[in-house]
Amino acid sequence: MANVPAELKYTKEHEWAKREGDRVRVGITEYAQEQLGDVVFVELPKVGAKVTAHQAFGVVESVKAVSDLFAPISGEVVEANGDLPKKPETVNKDPYGKGWMIVIKPSNAGEWDQLLSSQQYERFVAEAAH
Amino acid sequence: MDTPLKRTPLYDAHVKAGARMVPFGGWEMPVQYSGIIEEHRAVRTTVGLFDVSHMGEFEVDGPEALGALQSLTTNDVAALDIGQVQYSALCYPDGGIVDDLTVYRLGADRYMLTVNAGNIDKDWQWVTSHAGGAHWRNISAETALIAVQGPKAETLVGRLAERDVTTIGYYRVAYGAVAGVRTLISRTGYTGEDGFELYVAGQDAARLWAALLESGRQDGVAPIGLGARDTLRLEMRYALYGNDIDATTNPLEAGLGWIVKPAKGQFLGREAIEKVRAAGPARRLVGLEMAERAVARHGYPVVKDGAPVGVVTSGSYGPSVDRYIAMAYVAAPHAAVGTDLGVEIRGQAKPARVVKTPFHPSRTKK
Repeated sequence: MANVPAELKYTKEHEWAKREGDRVRVGITEYAQEQLGDVVFVELPKVGAKVTAHQAFGVVESVKAVSDLFAPISGEVVEANGDLPKKPETVNKDPYGKGWMIVIKPSNAGEWDQLLSSQQYERFVAEAAH
Repeated sequence: MDTPLKRTPLYDAHVKAGARMVPFGGWEMPVQYSGIIEEHRAVRTTVGLFDVSHMGEFEVDGPEALGALQSLTTNDVAALDIGQVQYSALCYPDGGIVDDLTVYRLGADRYMLTVNAGNIDKDWQWVTSHAGGAHWRNISAETALIAVQGPKAETLVGRLAERDVTTIGYYRVAYGAVAGVRTLISRTGYTGEDGFELYVAGQDAARLWAALLESGRQDGVAPIGLGARDTLRLEMRYALYGNDIDATTNPLEAGLGWIVKPAKGQFLGREAIEKVRAAGPARRLVGLEMAERAVARHGYPVVKDGAPVGVVTSGSYGPSVDRYIAMAYVAAPHAAVGTDLGVEIRGQAKPARVVKTPFHPSRTKK
């Protein structure tokens, strides 16, 4: 079973979300990068872009597949990981660390509570595997 | 999915090795073991093993065999020595491609065809209905095929073979035991590296596979999935049936004019292909290099100044060239090397240029 840090929140689209003060850092889970395989392309929104919960904010491509990145919560992009387009393999190597995607300034605080806990996400992944 | 997926004799070995299994052409095949890029590099630098037992093999023999093959295939089978292999195609009367294949001359009037896995039933129907006078045998089910590819392939196969394999030239074939298994040793491949394709009886495949892995440890051998097989062949601009060629494409526009030999006489598709040759193909399969990081994929439109001029047939990041590369059919006026085009990716035209192929230099034995 892939690593699912207990301190993070998750989506059914396999993004993680981490609260940092009044902001939320977002990436894809270890399970997601394993399923994708070697990531060769990452496209992220520009700082200042608005993202909406459950809607695509970017794209990640592996050798075999194209996947949309979905926003865990709505808000404004205040940071985007500028290293990823040049070093997409970072997503495979360190999905919860250097492989982060964007930082969002949330516009709807209530959405945070809709996200999955690590236990809920683990259960979701285990069920999806069957 | 209606029909259950077929499995090769090496299925258990793949699962045990931790391969990710996926459906491919009606088969459950390993798409990757350690990772596509790592596997790709292993083949370019040391040696990789591929289970390609899903591919089909037909035998045809007897006095009618040569005539049957001459009427079915585009290349000149009469030019083959015993022990020689030839890349060729089966075509429809309209010039569209039924399948691409290799033709083996195994004896004076004994031949073997190796066809694509997803086309076995269609091809069998095709060859037996159009050249049914010859004696055909479909040996796909009982035949396994292991490709050993990479700069260390000759060292590895040579160590396990009872015969000298260094004397088997490129696109030549010989019988010989490998790891004690009766093997048809073919110096062919689909990677652009030197290497062999080893045809064995299905029940011997697991033993040969294990012996190659064990003995190959000192050579840095790795099992390779279909994912890396695809990126390796893409860097060589080798066509993949169903992606780059199919019933709607003719050999000339696909850049396969070198396997069409009209001088040999009549064959299925000859008139249609000769018409294309006389007029010049309306489009050509070209190599594209993306100017920036962008993955062009099968079906993406190719544009010139905003107007559609073609379509991508295969595309990926090429691990050995470290570029984003693609193959695409492009209208003939825009197909020259150096032409600047665009590939439409998610509604945005990304700059691409027609480049010389192969993208990566071939290192097959000459």
